[in-house]
Amino acid sequence: MPEQPTALVVAAGALASVQDAGRRGWRRMGVPASGALDPALLRIANALAGQAGDAPAIEFFGTGPTLQALDGPLLLGLAGPFSATLVQADGQQRQLPAWRSVLLQPGDTLRIGPLRGSRAGVVALRGLQVAPVLGSASTYQRAGLGGLAGRALAAGDRLPTAALPPATPGQPLLRVLRRPPTPATGPIRVVPGPQADHFDAAELAHFLAGPYTVTADADRMGLRLAGPALVHNARGSEITSDATVPGSIQVPGNGQPIVLLADGQTAGGYPKIATVASADLARLALAPTGSSLHFQAVTVAEAEDLAIAHEAALCRLLAGVEPLQLDGDIDLQAIYGSNLVSGMIDALAP
Amino acid sequence: MTAATVLPHPRLLDAGNGALTIEFGDRVDPALAARVQALDRALQAAMAQGALPGVVETMPTFRSLTVLYDPLRTRRAALDAALAPLLDSTPAGQAGPAASGRRWRLPVCYGGEAGADLESLAAACGLATADVTRLHAATLYRVDMIGFLPGFPFMGDLPAALRQPRRREPRLRVPAGAVAVALGLTAIYPWQSPGGWHLIGRCPVPLFNAGAATPALLAPGDRVRFEPVTPAQLAMLEADIAAGRLGAGTWLEAADA
Repeated sequence: MPEQPTALVVAAGALASVQDAGRRGWRRMGVPASGALDPALLRIANALAGQAGDAPAIEFFGTGPTLQALDGPLLLGLAGPFSATLVQADGQQRQLPAWRSVLLQPGDTLRIGPLRGSRAGVVALRGLQVAPVLGSASTYQRAGLGGLAGRALAAGDRLPTAALPPATPGQPLLRVLRRPPTPATGPIRVVPGPQADHFDAAELAHFLAGPYTVTADADRMGLRLAGPALVHNARGSEITSDATVPGSIQVPGNGQPIVLLADGQTAGGYPKIATVASADLARLALAPTGSSLHFQAVTVAEAEDLAIAHEAALCRLLAGVEPLQLDGDIDLQAIYGSNLVSGMIDALAP
Repeated sequence: MTAATVLPHPRLLDAGNGALTIEFGDRVDPALAARVQALDRALQAAMAQGALPGVVETMPTFRSLTVLYDPLRTRRAALDAALAPLLDSTPAGQAGPAASGRRWRLPVCYGGEAGADLESLAAACGLATADVTRLHAATLYRVDMIGFLPGFPFMGDLPAALRQPRRREPRLRVPAGAVAVALGLTAIYPWQSPGGWHLIGRCPVPLFNAGAATPALLAPGDRVRFEPVTPAQLAMLEADIAAGRLGAGTWLEAADA
């Protein structure tokens, strides 16, 4: 029986963990969805690796992991603003851009990252085998669920994968996204509530006027913002705990907002002034420390329209994932600068 | 409760474009919890019949039910229309929360590292620490909701003599297993986490097991009593639990009626 192609984690990088589209249905038992902070990056990375968009992949922060192929070739899809260094078994080194797939032969090593201008990136590993827990392979470290024993990647870990299918003329292994998503700008759209009534109109106006800065106090659970302190009205700065969701913006007694993310707690006792529109949540979640941002109030219906437009833009973008034709190691299309297929692809931002 | 009693209609609160919160009230109150649980059961039944397409899950709390939906599969306007008849027909007349019939007896070792606030809490209450532990252990608590962390039980009612506001400075690290009190509630932290409640002891019983058919040990409507144990007994229990000698059934005093 052939040996199973495996990715050896040579260096773990910063807080790299297995994430997929998340687990649903367990909030009533206190279990958050988890999953990739930017679902679009997960789907792009998986498309580049030639597999289903919700397959488990590796999300990383700052410095990415270094992976080595053992016992067979590995196909990786790289999504995010970073590059990678391929160190071949014979010692040759090459710098590769992201937004493409990379084939590692046994003994080859890929140093991933660091990220530039974003907090997280995603690397898909074709056929990565991680047992689901409560319906998802996503790692939730607080309770040790999913991923590799419920924790971040560590040096020495071995990630088993399914053997690659043979490449055929009609089914090339390598893919590329020639028009990656452009960084969106503009205000972060929010729907006021569910406890906007703990703030008078003037305070809500302060909140929308901002600006707020993303602090270093940010992880997969949430991020703290710094800016105009918001004063609660007579209804107070505490509520009887009720449900929170990813995107909930809590305002504790000190008036500085906290945005809950994929691993955020499922209930909380601080008033929630607003909820981030799902179309803008990944942009906020991945904003680097020190980013300055403004909020803009929208209605539920407007936020729903944004979600639909965001999904449509992502589908157009994914349709632009195309075969990467290499002559030896050379990407001929990139050299000749021809964008024959992807000329019509819109940027991700609606 | 008589037929003439008019209960306020719940408020529908916006929680973004993937959730709404149906709020019955703003306090811990068994009558509110009963309405939440009745509506939750009605929604679960409707979801099972496929009557609420696009609804992903529901999250019941003390006083509200949050409905999470997929904005690519349904919209809030459609959801409001589908929920309206359920809100109107939810049997609000039940006087209290549906008791599950399950009663648990959970060991607790008061004081120690996981009970670092026992003395300051006693001082704030004007009691001796022995009075705090005696009062805490003499009460049969009601599980009101599970949330915050996997398996974390919010339990009422704490004896009035033990009620204090949350700590002014929340701790960054509450150890797993810490038994805590705040306001009218008591709880057990299943995992190490930040937390602002007063820590009074340690319970060694695992409250969440992802491999179990029902991962959370406790459920809303369960009753819980704490049984004081010594540090030596705690160490023995921890060793037996770690070795798999004490299953979840060990702590069950009475099963479903």
